[in-house]
Amino acid sequence: MSDRVKFSNIKKRSVKDKIVFGLVCFFSFLSMIPLFVIIWNVISKGYANFNWRLFTQVAPSSMDALIAKMSGEPIPGGILNGITGTILIVGMAVLFTVPLGLFIGIYLSEHPDNKFARTVSYLTDLLQGMPSIVIGIIAYIWVVKPLGSYSALAGSVALTIMMLPMVVRSTEETLKMLPRSLKEAGLALGASYTDVIFKVIVPSGFGGIFTGILLAVSRVMGETAPLMLTALGAAVVNWNILEPTSAIPLLIWDFYNDPNLVDIIWSASLLLLIVIFLLNWIAKIVARKWKI
Amino acid sequence: MKDKIFKGLLFAAALTILVLTAGVVYVLVKQSLDVFQEYGFFGFIFNAEWDPRPDTEEYGAWSFIVGTLFTAFFALLLCIPFSLPVALFNGEYFNGRKISSFVSSVVDLLAGIPSIVYGLWGFYTLRPIVIQLGINAPGFGIFLASIVLAIMIIPYASSLSAEFLSMIPNTLKEGAYSLGATRVETIWHVSLPMASSGIVAAYILALGRALGETMAVTMLIGNTTNVPTSLRDTGNTMASVIANQFGEADGLKLSALIGIGLLLFLITAVINLIAKFIMKRLAAR
Repeated sequence: MSDRVKFSNIKKRSVKDKIVFGLVCFFSFLSMIPLFVIIWNVISKGYANFNWRLFTQVAPSSMDALIAKMSGEPIPGGILNGITGTILIVGMAVLFTVPLGLFIGIYLSEHPDNKFARTVSYLTDLLQGMPSIVIGIIAYIWVVKPLGSYSALAGSVALTIMMLPMVVRSTEETLKMLPRSLKEAGLALGASYTDVIFKVIVPSGFGGIFTGILLAVSRVMGETAPLMLTALGAAVVNWNILEPTSAIPLLIWDFYNDPNLVDIIWSASLLLLIVIFLLNWIAKIVARKWKI
Repeated sequence: MKDKIFKGLLFAAALTILVLTAGVVYVLVKQSLDVFQEYGFFGFIFNAEWDPRPDTEEYGAWSFIVGTLFTAFFALLLCIPFSLPVALFNGEYFNGRKISSFVSSVVDLLAGIPSIVYGLWGFYTLRPIVIQLGINAPGFGIFLASIVLAIMIIPYASSLSAEFLSMIPNTLKEGAYSLGATRVETIWHVSLPMASSGIVAAYILALGRALGETMAVTMLIGNTTNVPTSLRDTGNTMASVIANQFGEADGLKLSALIGIGLLLFLITAVINLIAKFIMKRLAAR
């Protein structure tokens, strides 16, 4: 009798085990669906206007788009002003971030036990968790207000504040993984500290550092909130860093509610996703190839 | 000599983080001083009135604070049934196998999609569904915003939880198996309790993400200044009200918006510090 109870108990337990396993697989599978649905939506709605015009013409006015739509023609214009703006703003942000982030990362990895370094490390975490809209406010007060105008420069300052903690962290973590003997060998050969850092340590950690930069760029590429408060947007291609400038995400924000222009917005989103996923993919390859 | 200059440069670079943080706090406090002086710190926080009309001008953050907490916590609740299985799938059942690296990279790609694309997708794909389900007439609101937020934070919650689950020593689990425990019993009695504080930290970090999320919420929550009391209501979060109204703001209104920014900064800072504190204690163990 008691044996039979035990047996059914074991059976029950093993069934329960299998059910939980099934549920875990099922819900994990469900969690992947949104990604595919989003990608499918963006492709199916965005591919029609994903053509040469997208890269060579600025965004049309709502009126022009409406007229074209009524006569059954494709929407005139593209997102050139957004593309150039994103290149300008993100490019400048990379120029600001990389040297600074690299140096801070080196400092933190070289002084792991120092009190000052620990404080800096804590504050880096704090900055990393700062909501992007708050970063927008900061850049607005720091740059837009004193200069008296919205500008690409203000946008890139905002993106720099966003990217800096990511680059610092990835640099620090990469360099901390390097064996001490590497540095000691360099110093023992009589190389100066500066030479050891730049010719031994940084090249050895190149993969990790570069991956970190690529991922940081892919993160800020689609940022909209801080740019709304700083770069504002523009209807023309602008290369002057002191003038209001558009960006791909800013165009999406400007026109998402406009039924005449929404088709082009889906194409802009498609372009954004392609670039971001490409950056992620390259980062993965780099990380694998230059693994420490 | 060269080395001294270089070391000085490294130190100076590290100093910029200090200066940056101090500058952030200083600027936020200074620019929001007006509104806190006008209404008092708690007077501003607990006032649900937000009226920018010149003659009846009055600003309070309460409806936005409620909107933020409402959407963020509901999103967190919604994301658990998905992020926890993903964490178990990657960190426990298929830890280190090819299928797990596939699932985790697919889920991690969710974190790469920009907020604005989530907003666009929610606006055109999910909103009609919400309307059809009869949740509310315009489709916008707490419900729609929370669903999209939940999807957005799945990767943050799951990847870190999976990492903590995978760090549990095999010997402990083998001990449970040798006593006759099934897999799910081992998970329930060994893995989850062992990884619990790490998992909690992961969810706290995900909550921090949800609290500060701006664009998707701004496009989906309806942007009204009432205090939301149910999932069907429209509302505003602290981030979305700033995104919506910052452009045309000046004077006391600008100060009020920056004050909301300061509150948001403080809330997310505290949340992140708690999570980091838990993880540091885990690392020390």
